[in-house]
Amino acid sequence: MSLRGKAAITGFAEMAPQKRPEGKTSLGIIAEMARGAIADAGLEKSDIDGLLTAASLSDFSMLWPSAVVEYLHLKPRYFDQVELGGASSAGMVWRAAAAIEAGMCNTVLCVIGDTWDSRLFMEKPPPFPATEAEFDAPYGLAGANPGYALIAQRHMHEFGTTPEQLAKVAVDQRTNACANPQALFGDKLITIDDVLSSRMIAEPLHLLEIVSPATGGGAFIVTSADRARHSPNRPVYLLGAGEAGEHSSITRAPSITHSLVKPAAEQAFAMAGVTPQQVDFVQPYDCYTITVIVTLEDAGFCAKGEGGRFVEETDLTWRGELPCNTHGGQLSFGQPGIAGGMSHVIEGVRQLMGRGDQRQVADATLGFVNGNGGIMAEQCSLILGVEA
Amino acid sequence: MNSFPAPRPAVTDVSRPYWQAAQAHRLDLQRCDDCQEWIFYPRQVCSECLSSALSWHTVSGLGVVYSYTVLHSPPHPGLADQLPLVVAIVELDEGPHLTTNLVDVEPAEVEIGLPVKVCFDDLDADTTLVKFRPR
Repeated sequence: MSLRGKAAITGFAEMAPQKRPEGKTSLGIIAEMARGAIADAGLEKSDIDGLLTAASLSDFSMLWPSAVVEYLHLKPRYFDQVELGGASSAGMVWRAAAAIEAGMCNTVLCVIGDTWDSRLFMEKPPPFPATEAEFDAPYGLAGANPGYALIAQRHMHEFGTTPEQLAKVAVDQRTNACANPQALFGDKLITIDDVLSSRMIAEPLHLLEIVSPATGGGAFIVTSADRARHSPNRPVYLLGAGEAGEHSSITRAPSITHSLVKPAAEQAFAMAGVTPQQVDFVQPYDCYTITVIVTLEDAGFCAKGEGGRFVEETDLTWRGELPCNTHGGQLSFGQPGIAGGMSHVIEGVRQLMGRGDQRQVADATLGFVNGNGGIMAEQCSLILGVEA
Repeated sequence: MNSFPAPRPAVTDVSRPYWQAAQAHRLDLQRCDDCQEWIFYPRQVCSECLSSALSWHTVSGLGVVYSYTVLHSPPHPGLADQLPLVVAIVELDEGPHLTTNLVDVEPAEVEIGLPVKVCFDDLDADTTLVKFRPR
């Protein structure tokens, strides 16, 4: 038994990221996104009998799923929080499918909203595990910048990856963002020189290789393949899923350049019965440029260590050979806190529904989505397609 | 004056021997008496074989730089006055990887593979951080 083709995403809603909360709350954004996704899927609120959510970084608390249920007056038969950092959204897709397949519910609302912003990031950082607060943070391995910088430095050392190759990821994704009216940074193309001349934050990573904290959110609806046939949208089926974890702090990873994307993606591709060469686009979680290179390598889009050369030689724009983060990625779309990973799932769905507008990937029928949490600590790979 | 305090280790009953050794300028790590695995950070149970038979040993303090970054932007508001800060992962000769800072070295001279030796930074009477310098 596998989840292949058992459930589909039938609707979504997404908020354009904004620099500041501007009067919104995380629960309020969640409610707006829920309303949008339910309507987009052609459903009524009463059709929702499952809920998956994730506590926002801005007002992190326990009992978050119940708070969402209460705010929206939902009556779920299945509800939970997926706490896998940036991999939470991808992790919701297969959990929803599994709950539906197990008969626990029929239609799951997956939703995150976050009033995250750059001031909160410094003044009220989210609670990292106590072991990291004790053994990493006192030395400056706090937040995400230093951890990904350590990965990038080691990747350059082991494989000869260059700053220009890292920058190319940001450049191509910016081109995609310029075809996305919802992107936070979608008004100006950038060059490799622009990236490399932006401020050095954590060597070797420059400002334009790092996500910008934002307020935003997104939601999608997962339902059974049978019910999905009545959807007003083209159903997007879950064809494969894989997940992997091994460490929390990057210092405790056995190798910081060989990621858990490998086992997660291998399982997802095996379940779907397809290969990386068959997918029409990729939406890999991108908190930093290095994240994309490591993910493409470990998911099998190029050989290990060849990621730098691969992105240098491959057009990653929406009209290119391997369209990558066609919404601009978090690097140019913005990272609305824990909702950042929503953007990759939703963009994958949007492309497969044929709703990519000016950035639509031609004839897209099969896509790869990857969620990544913490410092490469949680990986969830998905294969989505238009045929069950 | 920085209005945010720098992050300090919140010592637990399990980790106290590690930090007390640091205050005495020793690097002590746990080792599993059953499977002989070196363990970092301090635990109640061996993360390999799940044994509770862990004991403390003073180690060489020798290792190499596994990776590093030079921070030009504070990762935490309490570290804003320490820039540029060299954050490194050091691979100890015994195997474990530690997060640390490299001191007594110009940031531009740090490289992966650099041989280093432990040193101790006494922040105050209560806290000593475990750092490394080139050897």
